[in-house]
Order: sequence, then structure tokens, then C-alpha cells
Amino acid sequence: MPASPSLWQVLTAPLIRQNPVTLQILGICSALAVTTSMATALTMSAALTATLVMSAGTISLIRRHIPDSIRLIVQIVIVASLVIVIDQVLQAYLFDISQKLSVFVSLITTNCLVLGRTESFSRHNPPLRSMVDALGNGLGYSLVLTVIGAVREFFGAGALLGWQVLPTIDQGGWYTPLNLMLLAPSAFFLLGGLVWAIRTALPDQSEPLEYLAPDAQGGKE
Amino acid sequence: MTELWALFLRAAFVENMPLTFFLGLCTFIALSRKTAPALGLGIAMVAVMGVTVPLNHLIYTTLLAPGAWAWAGLDADLSYLKLIAFIGVIAATVQLLEMVLDRFFPAIYASFGVFLPLLTVQCAILAGSLFMVDRDYTLAQSTVFGLGAGFGFAVAVVMLGAIRARLVYADLPQRLRGLGITFILAGMMSLGFSAFAQMVAS
Repeated sequence: MPASPSLWQVLTAPLIRQNPVTLQILGICSALAVTTSMATALTMSAALTATLVMSAGTISLIRRHIPDSIRLIVQIVIVASLVIVIDQVLQAYLFDISQKLSVFVSLITTNCLVLGRTESFSRHNPPLRSMVDALGNGLGYSLVLTVIGAVREFFGAGALLGWQVLPTIDQGGWYTPLNLMLLAPSAFFLLGGLVWAIRTALPDQSEPLEYLAPDAQGGKE
Repeated sequence: MTELWALFLRAAFVENMPLTFFLGLCTFIALSRKTAPALGLGIAMVAVMGVTVPLNHLIYTTLLAPGAWAWAGLDADLSYLKLIAFIGVIAATVQLLEMVLDRFFPAIYASFGVFLPLLTVQCAILAGSLFMVDRDYTLAQSTVFGLGAGFGFAVAVVMLGAIRARLVYADLPQRLRGLGITFILAGMMSLGFSAFAQMVAS
């Protein structure tokens, strides 16, 4: 790692360049399931970012007191307790959305993003820096979720955040909703396309060839 | 009996964990580069889910569910603790399975490699237990559901591993290679699996 980057860099690096979803392959599980509409995607992003920042802060505070052998269990218990709190808050104040998210809020516990960041960053860094890093990763995750949620809701229902943008046929308008967008496969296609787009913009992220084409190998020999 | 069989098929194909619920995708993507590790992961998933879902069902109904302490005259609803309880059970089961395999079946243990401990933080396994509570399964149903969901995951991950192993030789656009094409492949498999929905509905 280069000699401690500034807090600003720690915050902004995970937004696109080091994005947790598209580069580190962390936390995809929940990223796709809740993106049929923007409202659920935003709620999920907020819940995950909150969990991430709080667990990073807590674990970073007690990082010198956690024995190495049981650190995974300690980390999971801390994350699980925070998730229970957030789940109860959502059920109390945003009941409709929490019904839609169903088990996915609880599943933040096993979201690889949370454990991945606490394991790789918070364990070695002071609280403020860990929380900034967690916030950056949370925002990067939220960015991906919001983009996919917006595209799926826009083309699948002709709406954004519940506002009807394109009048659909059954409401007397002209737009035929693209039902595929509301089904599972479209989320995979969109995320694949997003990864493609990001790697076209940032070529250094693309993966090297494992095998050379036969004629290229022949040329070398 | 036929009902249980239908539940097994439903859990394995119609409600396939990675392809229709997007659960366990992290390991699904990360360990499917080749067929052999994918197969190891699949077998481990069947074993762990087949054990943890019924176990969690017992714990939930006897200790945590609303009214579970009625026999002791206590009116307690501990269901909000289910998350921590389930995670604990899963972590302990994985650890136990690891020790048993290491002691009695070292060959199988060696072939599992690093995948067993990873399963503690697998979303699909935790989700199996949470769905079981959501849908009020009985003990028999939750066993079948756990086995079915694990089997479905195994089938999907082995298939993706086989396709990706072949794809190494394909001439793809350079930026699409790796993660990008894997998502698109998973999307196509997901389209295919959605055809199974009719199978159980009829």
C-alpha cells in the first residue's frame, strides 16, 4: 500500500475506481435482488452504508483487544447486532419498504462487503480512517445499486421513484413496459454491461488472457 | 411424499438460490472458474444446508418462536434473536463438519480445501434458515428444503464452472472478459431456469 493516502483519497477511491461491487466482487448478493425499483434500492443502500460505517467504527475501536483466533466470530456478532437494530428501526418507521426487502435486510449480516472491509481495513486502521473507508465503500455500493435500480424501474415500469415518467399503455399512454427488466435475468445483464462499461473507461482493470490464441502462440515460438 | 418431492424440485430449480434470488453470488462467481472447485463447493453446500436448516428449525420452534416458553409460564417472544442464533448455529455446524471430515474422511476434507470455512458467511445458507421461518415449514419440510436448495446451488455452480472453463478459449472483447461475461452468462442461465417455474406450477 502506498504511504497512507489522505482521507479524501480513502473516501473517493471506492466510488468508481475501486468500486466494491464491480472490481472487488463483494456484496453482489443483495445488490441485485433489491433493485427492481429505486425506492427499495435506496433504502437498502442506506441500511448497508449505516451498518458498514458503524461496524467499521466499532471493530476499529476494539481492534487491539480482539484475539486473532476468534476475530471472525466477534466481527459477525457485532455486525449481526447492528443489523438487528437497523431491521427493527426499518420495521418501526418504514414498514412498507421493510416488507418488500423481507429477508434481505437480515442478510446484510452475511454480506461479504461488510465482513470484507472490516477484515481487510478496519482491523489495521484507526477508527476515523476506517469509518471514512467504510463510508466510501458504502457509497460506491449505493451508486451501483441506484444506477441498476433506476434503469430497471425506468424501463420495466416507466417510472422513477414511483413517479410515472413514461405513460404506460394500460394507463392510456404509449409506453409498453419491458417486463424482462423486472425479472431476475435483467439484473445480471445490466451488471455485466456496467462492468464492461467501467472497464472500457478504465482499461487497467480488464483481466489478462489466460491462453493466447493459437496463431499468436505459433508466432512466438 | 409427493408434496415433499415437489418442495425439493421447487427449492432446487424454481427458487434456485443464486439464479433467481441472487443469494450466495459472491462464492458463486468467485469459485466457478473451473469445474472441480465448483463441484467441491456444491457438495459442501448440500451438506451444510441439509444440516443447518432443520437444526435451526428445531432451535427456532423450541426456544425462540413466540409462545415457545409458554410451558414455563413465560410469555416471551425471542424471535428477534433469530439472526444471531442462526449465524451461531451455522458457524458451529461448519466448524463441526470440518473437524469430523478431518478426523474420519481426510480425503474428502482435503478436496474441500478452503471452501468449508467460507460457507459461514454464505448468504444462501443464512437465507435458507430465514426463508424456513418466513414460510412456517415443518421439520420434514425444512430438511427437504435445505437439501433441495443446496442441490440447486450445486447444479448451478457446476454448470457455470463448466461454461467458464470452455470460455477461456473464446475470443471475447477484451473489456468484457472475466467478470463482465460471467454476469451475462449467469443472466442467460437465470433465463433458462425461469422456464422451470411452469414445471412445478402445473
